[in-house]
Amino acid sequence: MRRTVGALLRKELLVELRTFESVPGMSLFAVTTFVVFHFALNRSSVEGDLAAGILWVTLLFAAILGANRLFVADADQGGFDGFLLAPVDRSAMMVAKVLTMLAYLVVLELVAVPAFAILLLGPPLGPALPQLIAVLALGDIGIAVIGTLVGALAVQTRARDLLGPLLALPLLVPIVIGGARATAPLLAFSHAGGVPARWLLTLGLYDLIFGLIAYALFDFLLED
Amino acid sequence: MSAVLVLAEVPALPLNEAGKYVAAAYIVLVIIILIYVSIMAIRLSRIERELGELLELSGAPKPEPEPAALAAHQESTPA
Amino acid sequence: MYGKGLRSLSIVTVAAMALALSLVFFYAPLEAEQGFLQKIFYIHVPLAIIALCGFVVGALFAIAHLRTRDSSWDMRSYVTIHMSLIFAVGALITGSIWAKGSWGHWWVWNEPTLVSFLIVFLLYATYQPLRFAIEDPERQSRYASVFAITAGAFVPMNFIAVRLSTAYLHPRVLGGTSNLPGSMRLTFMVSLAAVTLLFVTMCKYELTAKHTRAQVRALRRRLVGEDGSPARRGRTAVPAMGTQAAGRSGL
Repeated sequence: MRRTVGALLRKELLVELRTFESVPGMSLFAVTTFVVFHFALNRSSVEGDLAAGILWVTLLFAAILGANRLFVADADQGGFDGFLLAPVDRSAMMVAKVLTMLAYLVVLELVAVPAFAILLLGPPLGPALPQLIAVLALGDIGIAVIGTLVGALAVQTRARDLLGPLLALPLLVPIVIGGARATAPLLAFSHAGGVPARWLLTLGLYDLIFGLIAYALFDFLLED
Repeated sequence: MSAVLVLAEVPALPLNEAGKYVAAAYIVLVIIILIYVSIMAIRLSRIERELGELLELSGAPKPEPEPAALAAHQESTPA
Repeated sequence: MYGKGLRSLSIVTVAAMALALSLVFFYAPLEAEQGFLQKIFYIHVPLAIIALCGFVVGALFAIAHLRTRDSSWDMRSYVTIHMSLIFAVGALITGSIWAKGSWGHWWVWNEPTLVSFLIVFLLYATYQPLRFAIEDPERQSRYASVFAITAGAFVPMNFIAVRLSTAYLHPRVLGGTSNLPGSMRLTFMVSLAAVTLLFVTMCKYELTAKHTRAQVRALRRRLVGEDGSPARRGRTAVPAMGTQAAGRSGL
């Protein structure tokens, strides 16, 4: 199983490195969205709740863009069939896709968070950075799991570009709640202590439950 | 006489502010059920029409409209 | 036979509804704070609870479908989710009316139940478009079941998350069901039972109607042959139904 996942993951990352289909687009989208927010809100600097909200919404939409593309190549060019023929555990594809999405998200955040700190964020990011990374990591896992599940669901439908975001957004609301509430004190001028544990628990619980569900259900999406 | 006039003025329900909202909420329930009933009625007439066509196609004689007593008797004995 | 027992069920439903409504308006006392407006509670909360349970039951039927590949389970899942969506709309509307009466706004963000509902509603509103968008019936049923299970697991998770996010900031607007005086609790229980019966009756009604239509279509195919049946009007989200195996045990 581990070797299958490793092989699939290497394939995904190689394809992405050669074609640059997803990650540059996602990152560019995030930076552009920050600029749009500046004009839409008419603010030069944001902090606290507002900053957390802008960051998470932007990350979310950029992630959905990426998740939409996750299975398109497989569906259009027979990748599913090839995989189904191989004598391997089918859930390996799910694990590989989640890890791929996670990798995309990490790169996205490496670009988007500094951009956010430069363009819009009022308070300095330095002291809160470790905690911010922890929150982002937990949120990323949830986004990756849901993005993979919804991507697989939507890719076989007719209106795949519309249905993907439509399915994913309500499912990701708890991530937004947990992530934004956890990030808000980190991005405030008065660093009021750390992240309340409640939100980390929420994110962790969400990741665990939906990770298990996606793992159990993914097989059923692959049959043909 | 004046008592009757006063009674005529008093509304049947407490139709102050709160009463209107409560009535609206329960009316929503009634409307949901009624909309469903009407959808089912449309479906039923469609099925009736289709079955009529199929009866014609199969060449069976058309059922005569039954007298009410016979229909009631048919319904009470379980099919 | 999906319709077996539908008649007795509907009679019991009517009786329960009549009893519930009588209790609400003639027996339950006026509440201290909200007065007459509080009576919406007896219709809003049962609608909400039943809708949520319906979504979870729909997920359970979906699990049965994936396990047994019997399309009658998928039909039950579809009908249950569809009906729960309608009840959820009812819960949202009645909740909105209650909010307007209590606070003067048609929508309040600090009532966690309403907010969770909105999210759940938005999620399940994609169920039918999802089905519409997949043409192959077997795949449609399979994907719909996966969605139903995911969404069913989402419902409790969502409630926890939303409640956490609002609890410590604002007091609950519309009040919960804890510490109700006895007469109110009785009225609430009867209302809950009545709405449950209404839900089950409507689902059974819907299943019977769909089954009947499938039987008519099968009869048409047998009498006329494949090319005789008229093309299905437009696309359909309705799962394909077998006529023999399906519904032998009723609902």
